[in-house]
Amino acid sequence: MTYLAKPRLHHPSLSPNDLGFTRRDYEGSVSTLCAGCGHDSISAAIIQACYDLNLPPHRLAKLSGIGCSSKTPDYFLGASHGFNTVHGRMPSVLTGANLANRELIYLGVSGDGDSASIGLGQFAHAIRRGVNMTYIVENNGVYGLTKGQFSATSDKGSKSKRGVENHDSAIDLVSLALQLGATFVARSFSGDKAQLAPLIRAALAHKGAAFIDCVSPCVQFNNHSGSTKSYDYVREHNEAVNRLDVIAKRAPIEVDYAPGTTTTVTQHDGSVLALHKLAAHYDPTDRIAAMTYLAHRQAQGEVVTGLLYVDPEASDLHDSLQTVSTPLTALDGKDLIPGSAVLAKINADLR
Amino acid sequence: MSGSLNLTNDFVVKFANVNGSGSASANSMFAKSVLRMGVPVAARNIFPSNIQGLPTWYEVRVTGDGHLGRRGGVDLMVAMNPQTWDRDIAEIESGGYLFYDSTKVLPESKFRDDITVVGVPLTRICNEVYSVPRERQLFKNIIYVGALAALLGIEIEVIETLLAEQFAGKERLIKANVDALHLGRDYVRTNLTPLGLQVRRADAVGDRIYVEGNSAAALGAVYGGATVCAWYPITPSTSVVEAFTDYCAEFRIDAETGQAKYAIVQAEDEIASIGIVIGAGWNGARAFTATSGPGISLMTEFIGLSYFAEIPAVIMDVQRGGPSTGMPTRTQQADLISAAYAGHGDTKHPMLLPQDPGECFEMGALAFDLSDRLQTTVFVMLDLDIGMNEWLTEPFKWDDRRNLDRGKVMTYEDLESGVDFGRYKDVDGDGIPYRTYPGVHPSKGAYFTRGTSRNPYARYSEEGHVYVDNMQRLLRKFETAKSLIPAPELRKSKTATRTGVIYFGSTTPAMHEALEILASKGLHLDALRVRGFPFSDEVYDFIAAHDRVFVVEQNRDAQLRTLIVNEGDVDPAKLPPVLHFDGTPITARFIAAEIGTRLGATAPRSPVPEAAE
Repeated sequence: MTYLAKPRLHHPSLSPNDLGFTRRDYEGSVSTLCAGCGHDSISAAIIQACYDLNLPPHRLAKLSGIGCSSKTPDYFLGASHGFNTVHGRMPSVLTGANLANRELIYLGVSGDGDSASIGLGQFAHAIRRGVNMTYIVENNGVYGLTKGQFSATSDKGSKSKRGVENHDSAIDLVSLALQLGATFVARSFSGDKAQLAPLIRAALAHKGAAFIDCVSPCVQFNNHSGSTKSYDYVREHNEAVNRLDVIAKRAPIEVDYAPGTTTTVTQHDGSVLALHKLAAHYDPTDRIAAMTYLAHRQAQGEVVTGLLYVDPEASDLHDSLQTVSTPLTALDGKDLIPGSAVLAKINADLR
Repeated sequence: MSGSLNLTNDFVVKFANVNGSGSASANSMFAKSVLRMGVPVAARNIFPSNIQGLPTWYEVRVTGDGHLGRRGGVDLMVAMNPQTWDRDIAEIESGGYLFYDSTKVLPESKFRDDITVVGVPLTRICNEVYSVPRERQLFKNIIYVGALAALLGIEIEVIETLLAEQFAGKERLIKANVDALHLGRDYVRTNLTPLGLQVRRADAVGDRIYVEGNSAAALGAVYGGATVCAWYPITPSTSVVEAFTDYCAEFRIDAETGQAKYAIVQAEDEIASIGIVIGAGWNGARAFTATSGPGISLMTEFIGLSYFAEIPAVIMDVQRGGPSTGMPTRTQQADLISAAYAGHGDTKHPMLLPQDPGECFEMGALAFDLSDRLQTTVFVMLDLDIGMNEWLTEPFKWDDRRNLDRGKVMTYEDLESGVDFGRYKDVDGDGIPYRTYPGVHPSKGAYFTRGTSRNPYARYSEEGHVYVDNMQRLLRKFETAKSLIPAPELRKSKTATRTGVIYFGSTTPAMHEALEILASKGLHLDALRVRGFPFSDEVYDFIAAHDRVFVVEQNRDAQLRTLIVNEGDVDPAKLPPVLHFDGTPITARFIAAEIGTRLGATAPRSPVPEAAE
């Protein structure tokens, strides 16, 4: 229950990270989602990523829309400010929050109903503005809280639990994000924490609009045969293009993959992404090639996962607006009010 | 002709033009030249939702007595648009004047015999002097200004100065315009005589300034400390953000780095605009959007969130004619109810009701203090008449001791001192809780903001009494708002009376003039100008102290009256509505006629006080 705080018992084996925080310090309230829900695994991956990143929990702001996925920010990072906004509108609220204080790290959590249906417009525009954020869609292809309606990411021809067939084309948020100019685009699977946690870590370290589409099976309404978002289907059709290690800035780069299969990308903040290639010739810094590759694989019914695209030199909305480095929220009257002498001059010009 | 109007410093000139013909700046210069002669003017654009080709009018009331409302009627029509000729001619007062381009001879049937017709062959003069078509069109406007100056006794040097100011540094343009001005003046001097309408130098303007309400509100936002602005273009509010952008570029650039101490985002729609504002407000910045009625409709869900989750936001609503797309370029005060109660469920929001650009500045700044203090959306309700017309208004004032009032915010030190923090806890009994800015403290003060019901410690709860307590606290907060909203302004009649009138916003100058007209007929009313919502006790005391109180406003459904009846204990029968909603600004003549007729009709009963309710 969300109003029950988790017991603060520290297991003696819980080891602290460089900042002295244990994993427990990155947890939140007890989840109210169904047992086995993919979303809880994503929350766990977020906790892992923040722990690994040595992030002070209070320096992250977590925002969401409405739906099962959007409830999850209550279940991780209890020491962070969180905002469960209105349906489909998390991107605009996150944009405003980011404009107000550029020093915090922004994590937006949304679902396929929240981002691909009611919020498709806001999803698109926040990404094309280059808001510095990590935007995770917990994608289960179904409306869970209202009990099993198709969402806009449901594949054409897939069947609902009641056997109804979906006749509408699916929206692929990854392809959209690439087309809209996201500077970090990844897809993962809630059942693959080893792949997901490093992707979230890399996204949090990325400057610019980072998008992760995370397929997350709904155990209640979309985990049957006929679904293309079930654990079984995704495991069978998952085609990972790479495996990722994120190496913090200053740490020596030690990559244990076989030579020739690893490429490294240094991000704006100095963090190094070590990518172990699984698909031959896949270059995650080539946006056009990524779009083509995705389209081909998708046509063959495969769910491509991994870091699909990254622009390590990306800029963000604050760069476009040339805002001061001090957070706007920290400016006070003496920074902002021109004063009476200026007003007297304005008055004179208006006579 | 005999019976022509003879009026000095008290007449109305109306320019009938074609949109996009460059007439706007010439007409505005005409109005300014009268102002510079020390004579107050009230000028209004009447324009279509169109960029080029449709009819547009500009009405200048020359008013030595300082009546800044629209008077109604036209004493001199400058008829430059053949499309609207017939209705323009029909609008002239009997004994009035028609100024037209006499290049083309018109049949006598096109005129009226009770007006004075003044023809100047503008097109012919232009064609003789200019060869470039665009020059012919632009200078034609300046030529008629020169001709009008000579006809109305406006000092030509005053206009020459205005031209020099407008084209400062562009000597060639100044000379070309002054030459055109002289062409018009000289034609009149040689061929015509001055009209019975005359401008005579006076000293009635004082130190007042001449500015649009939208600019003034934008400047208010600068002084109010707004740093984030998100918006979507919509008439008639767009120029608020244009002005904010210009003022910020001038006053909000860091001198050392050249970087911006503000962020302005043109969003994809009004929903995203208010979303950005609420996100910024949640995170501790002062943020606003500017919009009009259709935008308010779209923002409604977010406004409800701001109410329930208690997040500061400022919305400047420049009202236009509704409903739906309505009359986008006409004025109304028709968003009062949709703003006051925006959102599903039980909601209400403070509103500020400026009467002129001076108050647009004042309230534009105040709105940010109030929204931080009350942690909710505050509306500044302009309208097209105030927003998009230049008004003569008191100069802007600022007290340099004033700083941003951020309301109840817990700092790192507060949290560190061990104070119990409950985001929705009513610590002081005024209904206003304390908030923290995200990121303030490593282990204290974080909370989860949501639109769902929650307990005083911001934890999700659907328990009945928890919900009710919270909703009651929000009402206490609204009660507190009454003491923070600017008080109403009372104008007591010199003669004791049991009749009153309530009004607000852009109706004010017409109302004041109407009170004078009514008084001259022996009809006396006490008048109360409401300056904000929620209404303080003074509004209800005023109603209680009178037998009958007219409520004058510019919408069909008597929205202010509805709010008054809904929010207090008043017999609606006591509040006869006076409603003007054809999209043009309300006039003194209209108000005086409406109230005069109704008071006249009930005159025999008026000495007997109506039964108290």
